[in-house]
Amino acid sequence: MADPILSVRGLKTQFFGPEGVVRAVDGVDFDVFEGRTLGVVGESGCGKSVTARSVLGIVDRPGRVVGGSMKLRRANGEVVDLGTLTNEQMRKYRGPEIALVFQEPMASFSQHYTIGNQIGEGIKLHMGLDDRAAKKRAIELLDMVGVPQPARRVDDYPFQLSGGLRQRVMIAMALSCDPRVLIADEPTTALDVTTQAQILDLLRTLQKDRGLAIILITHDMGVIAEMAHDVSVMYLGRAVETGSVKEIFETPKHPYTRALLRSIPTVLAKPRTRLPTIAGSIPHPFDRPKGCSYHPRCAEIIGAVCEKAEPPAVDTDDGRQVRCFLHGGMEEAKASLQGASA
Amino acid sequence: MAQIDSEKYAVATQLQLTWWRFRRHKLAMISLVLLVLVYLLAIFADFLATQDPHATDARTSYIAPQPIQWFDDNGFNPHVYGIKGVRDMKTFKLVYTVDPNRKVYIDFFGQGYEYNLFGLIPTKVHLMTLRNAERGDGIYILGTDLLGRDLWSRLMVATRVSLTIGLVGVSISLFLGVLLGGISAVYGGIVDTMIQRTIEVIRSMPTIPLWLGLAAALPNNWSVLQVYFAITIIISLLAWTDLARVVRGKFLALKEEDFVMAAELAGASQGRIIFRHMLPSFASHIIAAVSLALPAMIISETSLSFLGLGLRPPAISWGILLQDAQNIQTLALAPWLLISAIPVVVVILAFNFLGDGLRDAADPYG
Amino acid sequence: MSETIPPETILEVTDLKKHFPIRRGLLRKVVGQVKAVDGVSFSIRKGETLALVGESGCGKTTAARCILRAYAPTGGAIKFKVEGREVDLAALSRSELRPLRRHIQMVFQDPYSSLNPRMVVGDIIGEPLLINGMGDAVARRKRVEELMELVQLPRAYYNRFPHAFSGGQRQRIGIARALALNPTLIVADEPVSALDVSVQAQVLNLMLDLQDQLGLTYLFVAHDLSVVKHVSDRVAVMYVGRMVELAETEALFERPLHPYTEALLSAAPTPVPGAVSNRIVLEREIADPANPPPGCAFHPRCRYAVDACRAVVPEMTEVQPGRFVACHRAAELTLAGVGAVEHVVD
Repeated sequence: MADPILSVRGLKTQFFGPEGVVRAVDGVDFDVFEGRTLGVVGESGCGKSVTARSVLGIVDRPGRVVGGSMKLRRANGEVVDLGTLTNEQMRKYRGPEIALVFQEPMASFSQHYTIGNQIGEGIKLHMGLDDRAAKKRAIELLDMVGVPQPARRVDDYPFQLSGGLRQRVMIAMALSCDPRVLIADEPTTALDVTTQAQILDLLRTLQKDRGLAIILITHDMGVIAEMAHDVSVMYLGRAVETGSVKEIFETPKHPYTRALLRSIPTVLAKPRTRLPTIAGSIPHPFDRPKGCSYHPRCAEIIGAVCEKAEPPAVDTDDGRQVRCFLHGGMEEAKASLQGASA
Repeated sequence: MAQIDSEKYAVATQLQLTWWRFRRHKLAMISLVLLVLVYLLAIFADFLATQDPHATDARTSYIAPQPIQWFDDNGFNPHVYGIKGVRDMKTFKLVYTVDPNRKVYIDFFGQGYEYNLFGLIPTKVHLMTLRNAERGDGIYILGTDLLGRDLWSRLMVATRVSLTIGLVGVSISLFLGVLLGGISAVYGGIVDTMIQRTIEVIRSMPTIPLWLGLAAALPNNWSVLQVYFAITIIISLLAWTDLARVVRGKFLALKEEDFVMAAELAGASQGRIIFRHMLPSFASHIIAAVSLALPAMIISETSLSFLGLGLRPPAISWGILLQDAQNIQTLALAPWLLISAIPVVVVILAFNFLGDGLRDAADPYG
Repeated sequence: MSETIPPETILEVTDLKKHFPIRRGLLRKVVGQVKAVDGVSFSIRKGETLALVGESGCGKTTAARCILRAYAPTGGAIKFKVEGREVDLAALSRSELRPLRRHIQMVFQDPYSSLNPRMVVGDIIGEPLLINGMGDAVARRKRVEELMELVQLPRAYYNRFPHAFSGGQRQRIGIARALALNPTLIVADEPVSALDVSVQAQVLNLMLDLQDQLGLTYLFVAHDLSVVKHVSDRVAVMYVGRMVELAETEALFERPLHPYTEALLSAAPTPVPGAVSNRIVLEREIADPANPPPGCAFHPRCRYAVDACRAVVPEMTEVQPGRFVACHRAAELTLAGVGAVEHVVD
């Protein structure tokens, strides 16, 4: 496989509040390839949105990226570590290299400017076009994302559009400067299911036509199954399992992935079936369990080791990565625990 | 900071949570302490005063501030210097100045002029009085004004008046605001429209000309007390509009809350919904709004009195004290008269910080 | 009034309408109507779960709120069997309604706004008992503790405030509160859509268990078809204020009769990689309830539309016993559904 466009290793992002430090992202690795979608899936508190924001350098205060590397391979072959850039330097990359589509289209638009104006803003900034050329390009973009009557719509304000249209405009805005990586943070969560199907279809088409690399962040396993090529399952700031979508769904290795897949409602189930549930609930970020962060809820816990040591990311033989003592790392952990107590 | 104990957190009422959040605002906490001290001071105004604030004496006019001397040759013996009259050889007038050779000692909790403690108990006890004082002697910590009145004593009494006008005024505004805002929200329709339009008319009136007109309409022969109440009522009749709008807004927002609907579905009466479900939810906002309305009241009274349109002498308030500092000539002679402006600024700022802190604590997301 | 609804039915909705006027201008003239609910009929049998399904603007939440009489319906009848007689909820005044409210209770969507943050959990659950004068303080406390146990919340949490609980736990509190008065019907308005995926299962299981234990009847409003598949006996699909299909769950999912139902089922993402190939992607946007297309509101997006669809509004007809559909071409179309599989994941 070709080299990844974006390669993240050991990313750590923390929030420093008056009540303590929250380790929102605690050592995440992933690769994103041209023309492929990486699905990042997890529930609340898993750190998936913070991961996206860390890559773009837009983590809200009081949060900060505190460690790890985020290597972007540019079209000319140059490799840049986004973590080392200042905000000024990052601005060059936001838009032309990496773009972001948010969950809530209403909140992400300014209500005071037309959508043509807002799409054009990035175009004028990064590509140096004048007003007329930018507007022309905006209309082209609107057409590309399937907005009907783009020449008329370009002068509309966000509140004049429906949810689905707004999300299309968001995508147009994100793609306005031809980025190679598109990060979509829960892009369809706020949309109706038929609209969601339209948007996901659009993203697939754009990916095929432009070789776009997509990082798709969502909590919906169904969306992951249909959109992602590779999947990273996150829990409490760590990627507990990474692999191809087929592997993750057909042969999940991490107990959390297995339990999660079993517990989600699906249209394929028989009516009135009880779903197996995951015991307990997601811990409060200040109450991180010691050892493996999933161990209090794990149905396959091994005992002392899981309670005391954090499982390392282990590469399995079929090219996947799992953080679970069931699949490796136990010997070293036991050794270091004994060493500590000796 | 240590993590809050989760059991305590679980049974903490909203009030406690608000208090914990409030405690983190250093500025607001300092302001709270400061204001409590200032109000205590106002309660004990006469006790802290050293001179009858109304007693005039042309001879002690425009004496500069006299710091208290805490030690003499024998140790800790607080005293001030006496005042002696010296005849000016050119004008033959008696001019009173400080005599560094004569020490007048200070008694604590001694007898001074008579006043009513808490407005009820007649007493003569003051914090500091002079022993064996001669005519014209006094503890002039902040100096005297043109008529020879001690500024410190007048400031104490002025503080009490200015702060309580604020309280009385805000109570009236609060009552009117909650009542009319609540009626507006609960009944809606034509009642709401009429009340809202009335509010808009009141708010669109230019305040100073309105005050001028109303204050000028007060009969000249009214006593100080009557003028005091009239001014208070005038100010609060215009100030309730803000609170009414806040109350109405909060009510309308709360009406949409699911838990209100749940209570309706269980068969709760309107009364129960208003008092048990809605009112507690916005009490903290009301408090925050009140703590920001108070300084507005205080400034209104101070400005009116400063312009001569509010309280009139012999009443004493910050505005009246500042009247004495109105022109350059006076200030050239007696710049210490401007000290009266300092408590105004400090108290208003403190209220603003307090109000900000309360508002942030009450509604961290708003 | 004689008994008009069949013995096992507890609620019969006939031609329910709820229109909201659109006002413009200084004088607030009415220039149009948002027909949020425009002639909906269905009935609910004792002990069953009927799901009302649809996307934004379909009117499912408005219909549910009309049944609860949070709104006064613009038209239609809501016949409810209560206290041995039949009443038309749509025709009663607010004061006539008050004593009847205890028979229909609601579970809300948002676990964060449905509990008064200033009341302890025990008081929240017990408030319906208090308002309706049921028992003294001791008896109420006992009942509240029973309810807490039913929803698997420790009794010791009686004196805690809502902020101490997670979303899933708050929904349990909401369910306990709804059960307090032993209502005949519980309207659940998207009860799990605001919860994390792994928590949804817990709450759904609880609702199913309670239904078996206590013989509850649910009107389950949802937009998520997978959730609906798990909990409901029958499903009613709504689009822009009208009902388009009503059938038993398994039948509806396996072989839908209305093109919109087919599209909905097709659009629902399933956790099976590669299942997307035969997805039906609809054109255009969901119709606007303030300005619905003439004839069948779905026709602009329907791949099977013919001229009749553009002109005439289709009526809900019972094409097979228990299966209703509002489509001119229902008899001749064969539409694709989603089959059930034994287990999705090992």
